[in-house]
Amino acid sequence: MKKLCKKAYFYFILIFLYAPILTLVVFSFNDAKSRGKWGGFSLRWYKELFHNSQIMDALVTTIVLALLAAFISTVIGTVAALALHKSGTRLRKSMINLTYLPMLNSDIVTGVSLMLLFTFFHLDLGFVTLLLSHITFCIPYVILSVMPKLYGMNQSVFEAALDLGASQLQAYKKIVLPDILPGIISGFLMSITLSIDDFVISFFNTGNGVKNISILVYTSKTGVKPENYALSSIMFGAVLILLLIINIKEKKKSTEVNY
Amino acid sequence: MKKIALVLSLIMCFVCFAGCSDSGKTVLRVYNWGEYIDETIFDDFEKQNPDIRIQYETYTDNETMYTKIKNSSTAYDVLIPSDYMIERLIQEDMLAPLNYDNIPNYSMIDEKYKNLAFDPENKYSVPYMWGTLGILYDETLVQEDTFTWETMFDAKYENSILMKKDMRDALGIALKTLGYSFNSTSEKELTEAKDKLSSQKPNVAGYVNDDGMDKMIAGEAPMALMYAGDAAYCISENENLNFAIPEDGSNLFFDSMVIPKNSTNKETAEKFINFMCETEIAQRNADEIGYSTPHVEVYNALPEDVRNSFAYPDEAVLDKAEVYLYLGEEVTNLYEKVWSEFLASL
Amino acid sequence: MKVKKSLYMVALFPFLIWLILLVVVPLMLIGYYGFTNAAGIFSFDNFHQFFQPDYLRVLWRSLYLSLVATVFCLLAGYPVAMILAGNTFRKKTLLVVLLIAPMWMNFLLRTYAWLTLLEGNGVFNTILQAMGLPKQSFLGNTNAVVFGMVYNFLPYMIFPIYNSISKIPKNILEAARDLGGGNATCFFRIILPLSVPGIISGITMVFVPGVTTFVISQFLGSGKVTLIGDIIEQQFMHAGNWGFGSAISIVVMVVVVVCMWLVNRFSDDSGVMMP
Repeated sequence: MKKLCKKAYFYFILIFLYAPILTLVVFSFNDAKSRGKWGGFSLRWYKELFHNSQIMDALVTTIVLALLAAFISTVIGTVAALALHKSGTRLRKSMINLTYLPMLNSDIVTGVSLMLLFTFFHLDLGFVTLLLSHITFCIPYVILSVMPKLYGMNQSVFEAALDLGASQLQAYKKIVLPDILPGIISGFLMSITLSIDDFVISFFNTGNGVKNISILVYTSKTGVKPENYALSSIMFGAVLILLLIINIKEKKKSTEVNY
Repeated sequence: MKKIALVLSLIMCFVCFAGCSDSGKTVLRVYNWGEYIDETIFDDFEKQNPDIRIQYETYTDNETMYTKIKNSSTAYDVLIPSDYMIERLIQEDMLAPLNYDNIPNYSMIDEKYKNLAFDPENKYSVPYMWGTLGILYDETLVQEDTFTWETMFDAKYENSILMKKDMRDALGIALKTLGYSFNSTSEKELTEAKDKLSSQKPNVAGYVNDDGMDKMIAGEAPMALMYAGDAAYCISENENLNFAIPEDGSNLFFDSMVIPKNSTNKETAEKFINFMCETEIAQRNADEIGYSTPHVEVYNALPEDVRNSFAYPDEAVLDKAEVYLYLGEEVTNLYEKVWSEFLASL
Repeated sequence: MKVKKSLYMVALFPFLIWLILLVVVPLMLIGYYGFTNAAGIFSFDNFHQFFQPDYLRVLWRSLYLSLVATVFCLLAGYPVAMILAGNTFRKKTLLVVLLIAPMWMNFLLRTYAWLTLLEGNGVFNTILQAMGLPKQSFLGNTNAVVFGMVYNFLPYMIFPIYNSISKIPKNILEAARDLGGGNATCFFRIILPLSVPGIISGITMVFVPGVTTFVISQFLGSGKVTLIGDIIEQQFMHAGNWGFGSAISIVVMVVVVVCMWLVNRFSDDSGVMMP
């Protein structure tokens, strides 16, 4: 009974989270242009979506931006975490406090401050500034997820490897990296999620017609066009497929364990 | 690990490809109001000029556009601001004089839209569209014999008005309701206008920009402050709607195409402006966005009922209407201050 | 262990550059704009302009609404985190991804979707009417804004708490039960205290973006509920008054830092952010 309640509550939250998304999916098949009115089932918005170069560009920008920002910030963040882990306590503490500043600063302050920076140095707002700003807010999250793994690591194995004649680099590659890999991966995924979901910082730091999906939705002020519904349904479909893959992998794993 | 590296290098290639595929083309940066052009026209222009790529961005009001071009290092090539903003840009020496040899279609523009007060010698601007400010309303819900600006402040319209979130328009109608000019420069009058707007809050269903159009079409509110062109579009989508130009005098606006001084492709920009004035293109554009055209041939080709509609009001209405003027930096700052105090009071 | 110190300093280099160029310098620029007037001379004019009833009320409203949303997120999110960490479900990875997945759909699209559901002729009102009930106006008030915040930031509350709960060693709980501790005791004496770091992170990740959002107030509040984020956006993008915008940003920054510092103090756990 208790388990049932728990399950029910969990599903309730899931419904709450997915209700608007399902609405988008349903309305993407709506023939009428205006939302709120049902004009019959149709696939016309999907057809128009692929002919809408603005939306396709925005989709590409969003994905490329997320992957690049996540990759660069994961590299910088991981290396920084490794170095901080080894550096003196005082230096570490002050550096880490500074690292958390962008997290404590709200999006809008980060966004605005970066805009001031780029404008001050006469950088033309566009993809590069967008990328820099995304890297900026991703790095702290990478450090945050790698640091605990470093502290949880068994230091003596690393030392043993060195004693047994491994070079520093080898020791890092063979001992430390595998140990902290889950942290690195979760930092990477976190960065991707944040980058895709971000609007505020992108809003202040893009220009020259570079638009990710957030910006596109915000600037198409006459409301969200039905093509965008179609786009979100496709994105949702992609996420679902990803879920399925994870599910199958888990099943495999559990059967392997059973053997 | 190797897989990751492979994927990443693929991404890099892709980025380079995406970035380079258009290299060699001239990029024409067009900065316009949202929902204010038939975007398929860009495709036609690019088809006709394969070496040009249009990069299109939009803004929600004149002030946003000004702030952007003032501060950003992006050099836009074509802007479409309104009268008072063009006046400001000219005064601040931010516009390039046009070479009309490159814009032969300028002759298609009706003489009465040339040499207007904001650009007296018509050195900088080519008229794009014009219109009035008025009230879009749902006939099934709003019955009024005559519309004045005061209608929008009438207590019986509780929670039913969509107000424009545009500084000059919102403050303007409040000033007008109080019996002042759209171009008031007095701090006292502006403060009164601010209080008037604040007092309107119970009537307001939402403060909107172009999203008001969608809401009116969906029947979300019975009344909205709107430009005639947007209203025409809404009416074409929802037949319950009608438009009224308030009796006590409206705002008359002219939006024109200009080229900023820091444009790097002035000739291409002029080519684009000329293209926009081609009869066929101008006609398609006017049909799509619903605004009133300054183009002689397009106007002459309009059906009788459109020419007699609110989109082309008669002299009596136009005589009563005021055009916004640029009021100088000091007064503009005062407007900004009052406006942001108003927004904060919501 | 022989470690070349200099090597680590080299490894720290890109990070340092990032820290100085993209974190410290931009903040200094905000300070510069905030404390100078139009002529570029040091002054408190911008702050003077801010400290008047209308703006202070907006600041207060932003803090209050965000606080309410944070409390709702905590109350709704904590059980989710516990269920997720417990043994109700077997496929945890799948569920975690299920909870993250909505964030991979765009934030604005999701918020906009609520409009379709909640507006005057929206889905909910259509259902209400079909049942013979009167229409409701859900949008354009503070409730709608709080609702939007809870919806958008709930996952940010769930995950930190889930992380810290799932880190609690099972044997501690078993020991507590062996010693006769009931469910309530286990929760209040073990799970809750040990999940405090997660709660703090969760609060930070909900409260901070909540205070400064301007999309939610524009979309779901129909522009009728001005938040401090709206004012900042207005100053930077519309009015072009960067000095005033920066000054407000500084005030917000200080207020948020003070709030989070207070939360940290009350949690009696000094190194909360760090393990």
